[in-house]
Amino acid sequence: MESAAHEPGRGEAANPARTPAPESNALAGEAELTKLDPNFVPAMRVEAMFFWVPALIGALIADGALQANEAPVPFGLVSAIVLVFALVFVIRLPARRYQARGYHMSADRLRVVRGILWHSDTIVPFGRVQHIDVNQGPVERFFDIATLTVHTAGTHNASVQLPGLKHETATSMREDIRARIKRDSL
Amino acid sequence: MNDEYAPPRQSAAGLPLTAPASAAARDSVPDAPAPRRTAPLSVAVGAIGSLQQAIFPALAAAFGIGFDGSGVLIGLLVGLAVIVVSSLISYLAWARLTYTVGAEDIRVESGIISRAARSVPYERIQDVSLEQKLLPRVFGLVAVKFETGAGGGDDLALTYLASAEGERLRQLVRERRDETETPTETMARRDVAKTAAADEAGDALFTMGPRRLFIFGTFEFSLAVFAVLGGLLQYLDTFLDIEIWDLDFWRDLAQERGGWLFELGLYAQAIGAVLGLLIVALIGSATGLFRTFSREWGFFLERTARGFRRRRGLFTRTDVVMPIHRVQALRVGTRFVRYRFGWHSLRFISLAQDAGSSSHVVAPFAKMKELAPIVEAAGFHLPAEDAQWYRASERYNLDSALGDAVWFLVGGAIGGTATALTAPEWTGLAIGIPLVMAGLSAIANVLAWQFKRHALDQTQIMVRSGVLSPTSTIATRVKLHSAEIAQGPIARWRGYATLHLGLAGGELAVPGIPLARAHELRASILKTIAATDFSRLDGD
Repeated sequence: MESAAHEPGRGEAANPARTPAPESNALAGEAELTKLDPNFVPAMRVEAMFFWVPALIGALIADGALQANEAPVPFGLVSAIVLVFALVFVIRLPARRYQARGYHMSADRLRVVRGILWHSDTIVPFGRVQHIDVNQGPVERFFDIATLTVHTAGTHNASVQLPGLKHETATSMREDIRARIKRDSL
Repeated sequence: MNDEYAPPRQSAAGLPLTAPASAAARDSVPDAPAPRRTAPLSVAVGAIGSLQQAIFPALAAAFGIGFDGSGVLIGLLVGLAVIVVSSLISYLAWARLTYTVGAEDIRVESGIISRAARSVPYERIQDVSLEQKLLPRVFGLVAVKFETGAGGGDDLALTYLASAEGERLRQLVRERRDETETPTETMARRDVAKTAAADEAGDALFTMGPRRLFIFGTFEFSLAVFAVLGGLLQYLDTFLDIEIWDLDFWRDLAQERGGWLFELGLYAQAIGAVLGLLIVALIGSATGLFRTFSREWGFFLERTARGFRRRRGLFTRTDVVMPIHRVQALRVGTRFVRYRFGWHSLRFISLAQDAGSSSHVVAPFAKMKELAPIVEAAGFHLPAEDAQWYRASERYNLDSALGDAVWFLVGGAIGGTATALTAPEWTGLAIGIPLVMAGLSAIANVLAWQFKRHALDQTQIMVRSGVLSPTSTIATRVKLHSAEIAQGPIARWRGYATLHLGLAGGELAVPGIPLARAHELRASILKTIAATDFSRLDGD
């Protein structure tokens, strides 16, 4: 897989139509967004399954119980409903989330775009970063991705998270940001 | 442990600024100093700490089974298991946690199953605090905390290091910080110190004499005393035999003792009512005056070398110093009645980690022209006469008016159906009242929109809101920490957004502006932030 996915100018031409709100980018004269690591999608799916697989099992048991008590519902109703939700949350939403997310790292700032329904587009100037985290949960470790978190002194956006980066990319981004942090005495 | 620490004077080139990330950059820089572990005795502290955790499950198990032989045995086993497991966890946590004192930052990598790596640049460390609780103290260990002033209060801590190592780290961080300080900056600092020393005497910026306090107190009309009285009565109620909240009791009393009251006729009763109201007004004003005088007596705000100094109070005199560089933004507020007479209040929003409240009143009751010099002294300025104010988007106005009204309509629909089914005679009222409320809330929203505005000038952003008592927030663009454009589903569909600005110690948002304007605002604010050189910032 390509490293240095966050380098501006690289890997952008390949996916021009994927940015969540192309018109807004054009408005602001801001550069195209970089996509996250594709492994982010299966990672989100696995994490969603931690909830939905037990939920599905529970639904099957509930169905069995209903049938045993001869409740007037068709067999498999509860399971079917849960299954539909599970499919949405496990298959559909991770893909949509992946499409909606993106970031851009320029010379002096990090831009993080996220959200399907509640859309947000955050910019943190490197000069205002207090400290930087690179975190990996167990699932993220399996997929070799990581979450980069930049902390600022502001009350709003005290920490801005950017999940779904290739671990290597996340650590090199951390180096870049750290090297560009300017001293200021806020 | 190797206590010998050779600072690796590696060049900044070791951390490429623009070079593409390479595999070499993975995990650490090529010639990075070796990661270290915290003191091994930390494991012992964790293990002993787990004794406390073990007591409860052990007792629970013992009680559950009963205190005959097997219960005690199982209780002990459970306790032992808890101790073993948590000691093991504490050991693993220790084994998996490393810290690296690098050339430019301190890093901590931790986590048994998850991995977390935190990097704190020396420039951002404001202070290093050493903390010794009883148990670590016995072992000669110390918790080292690196304070950075991150908004979430989420700092870096190392538990535990040997006392000497903690002390050494503190020294090292201080030295590193001094090294990174550039000459221009120290010069700028000296200049500031010099000019500040010049007006060491301190100029009075704002004072309030008894006359002003009297006016202020009148506006602070408060009926709180009646609430207190009510509370007292209720308290008495439980002790006395009489039913204070029982109307019959009072009616009987009036008829018994004050039969004359009913014989006085309508005219006298009206006078009585007016007198009663006057007494309420008098007591309310007296309360306001008393509270104001006791809180604000001898209000004295001055500018000293160390910053703004405020003294006030009659019974408890407070003396607060607010360093000028800590002031992040200003808030000019007012209240409904006093606004008609041109009175305003001024607060400083300062860094959240300052002791106590993060918002300080510097002028509780003043005319606008009295505020101007204080605002000036804090390095801000009031919006110019010809400042260009922008309103929120009209679509936002419509949507929020509708959005708020819809709740009343929903309530009305539910109430209407419910009453139609159970008590048809109330249906008209159940539908009518929510309809009126919906209309009123829509009008209030439209009015509020009229006064919701923002303006941007060379150095500041100003946000204003409020119909009857406008509040303005003035923030320096330089002292903002992030900018976020947020849109909910309706906002996306209708093409407006809310701009959230990261302000230390407070919230600052510009709601419901057209998306294009949001981007424009953000771009110009970020330009200021990015272009600002640290030396200039310090000179402010």
